[in-house]
Amino acid sequence: MHAPVGRGPTGLAPINGARMFNYALRRILYSVPIAVGVSLVCFLLLHIAPGDPIDAIAPESASPQLLAELRAAYGFDRSLPVQYFSWLSNVIVGDFGTSIMTGRPVLGELANAVVNTLLLSGGAVLVGFVFGLLLGTIAGYTAGSPADRAATAFAVAGISVPNYWLGLVLVVIFAVNQDWLPAMGMGQGAPFLSWANLRHFVLPVIALSVIPAGIIARSVRGTVAEVRKQEFVQTLHAKGLSPFRVFIHVMKNSAPALLAVMGLQLGYLMGGSILVETVFSWPGTGFLLNTAIFTRDLPLLQGTILILSMFFVVINLVVDLAQALFDPRIERN
Amino acid sequence: MQISPLKQTLPSAETPLVTVEDLRVRFRSRDFNVPVVNGVSFSLGKGEVLCLLGESGSGKSVTMRALMRLFPSTAVVSGKINVDGHDILGLSRSKLRAIRGAVVSMIFQEPMTSLDPVFTIGSQIAESVMFHEGASRRQAELRALELLELVQVPSAKRRLIAYPHELSGGLRQRAMIALALACRPKLLLADEPTTALDATVQIQILLLLRELQHELGMATIFVTHDLGVACEVADRVAVMYAGRFVEQGSITQVMDNPSHPYTQGLLRSTVHEGVRGVRLETIPGSPPDLAELPAGCSFAPRCGFVRPDCTMAVPHDATVGQGHSARCVLVG
Ligand SMILES: Nc1ncnc2c1ncn2[C@@H]1O[C@H](COP(=O)(O)OP(=O)(O)OP(=O)(O)O)[C@@H](O)[C@H]1O
Ligand SMILES: [Mg+2]
Repeated sequence: MHAPVGRGPTGLAPINGARMFNYALRRILYSVPIAVGVSLVCFLLLHIAPGDPIDAIAPESASPQLLAELRAAYGFDRSLPVQYFSWLSNVIVGDFGTSIMTGRPVLGELANAVVNTLLLSGGAVLVGFVFGLLLGTIAGYTAGSPADRAATAFAVAGISVPNYWLGLVLVVIFAVNQDWLPAMGMGQGAPFLSWANLRHFVLPVIALSVIPAGIIARSVRGTVAEVRKQEFVQTLHAKGLSPFRVFIHVMKNSAPALLAVMGLQLGYLMGGSILVETVFSWPGTGFLLNTAIFTRDLPLLQGTILILSMFFVVINLVVDLAQALFDPRIERN
Repeated sequence: MQISPLKQTLPSAETPLVTVEDLRVRFRSRDFNVPVVNGVSFSLGKGEVLCLLGESGSGKSVTMRALMRLFPSTAVVSGKINVDGHDILGLSRSKLRAIRGAVVSMIFQEPMTSLDPVFTIGSQIAESVMFHEGASRRQAELRALELLELVQVPSAKRRLIAYPHELSGGLRQRAMIALALACRPKLLLADEPTTALDATVQIQILLLLRELQHELGMATIFVTHDLGVACEVADRVAVMYAGRFVEQGSITQVMDNPSHPYTQGLLRSTVHEGVRGVRLETIPGSPPDLAELPAGCSFAPRCGFVRPDCTMAVPHDATVGQGHSARCVLVG
């Protein structure tokens, strides 16, 4: 008997289980102070801003006494540290407070918006990542050729076009001039997989996916071309491997860099785009954030920003762990 | 170990394993057009060891790579290369892949960068065995273990699941050798396999290579800068200058009777057993610019014996003795 080589040549690296577990645990523990720091920043950013949310919502005629009562009711009369810790301890158990505008729990509003945004960004991730990976890989494999130049030009164009502008153009063409696709909102009540529902996704998904597709294509191209120049690739050819097997080696070596870029783009998409969601009146987090800002709905704003930041923290963590799965050298430090 | 099923012909004992006729390689792109190998011919018998000597840039690595047609797309190649009955330059890509790593395999100079950093040593060796011999993963892994033991990697079982960065340079080069031997090649190409290693490790790897060569009996082409190494391992020597074999012969013929002025200079400028205690001389001048080679002998501008006819035409390969020849007008 001999030591297993694990999943070896085909798939992921055989992982030294205990070492990977330690790394994952360490990495998860590191995320806790990061998350607390992020929550502090979210809190402070909103409280350092001048003005009082109560002033903003209370009628002009409200008496000073009423204002004071309102402040006390929402806790705005207490010192900042006290406010922060009471907010944090509530948030940890899932209580994000009450929206000042609607009087409903922030959690419910957030949950709806997050689900809507995730549906939309899920579509954009699918389209954008597939296109980005495809274009970038073709370009990286044919570096310098006309195919590479075409793919790169497409990527640069994608990055340079503002997505809300693209959204408006799409609306004008496909919803206003031609009545092919809806310009606003989500499908109401139609089954998720029906065309009546999915047609609402087409335009916003295109508008949202173009920038990530371009950014991913460019970094995939760079990474793949770089990896292909490394010496070990020559060894693979000298072993007589097929182009497909060499491709697998190249992609596994490129994976950590690609995961980093894709993680970042995923974070942006999950956050929802204020502009694109506004253009398409999509009831997601971007839309919610927009409403919260204009109505100075502090609890709602705080909760939304915190959740969006936590997406980033979590995605970061997942990317780090995934990178270590692909590259054994990452666990070392 | 099984024998790889790739043998197509069984050449008789007389047929050399490798014959190269008038090999020419140039690299051509928008920015450059350099002839790098300019008419190399030689043959190598089964189990023979040939050492390639020559200055940096003389085309040793390119000649070696030609034997498995391992070129970038900018290379323009002509000539004939036959290895074990296969017409290397004429093979289809898929036939070529069946040869690479199975009939001909290569050990590279840099063990640090020549192995894939994100796959284990074991899986990289097993991959080759599975690919060429259709072995199951288990069989291939067992073979990988045997191979690591063959190249004397201590605690081979543990090393099977190690990644290249977890091994020292010497161990990594041993792993590289194991990989090259994975499918029992008939021709092993070793391109300065010890240059990147510490002196003590260099000797260990050399001894290992020599031992394996004796044991497995594969023909070997060995590139080195080190004459001492050449004397240790080689049956035959070829001296390269500006993309040509300026002299070739058995190791004793070339060491005892160097017939090309460049070989003579090379022997005088290197420490080796024959000249210990003798003052070292360097060859005056510098290697030629390959893009603008002189019309005649490329060594003429640096040669102490230069005659008018040296610059007229490239000297032909003149016989010095049985199996010993030199491209010099002074010979014959
Ligand atoms: N892909 C390439 N494109 C252009 N020129 C190349 C390429 N590969 C090698 N050359 C050139 O060919 C010449 C011979 O290279 P080669 O690597 O064979 O030299 P060498 O004899 O092995 O030298 P060294 O002892 O330094 O390894 C060099 O001048 C090198 O610059
Ligand atoms: Mg070389």
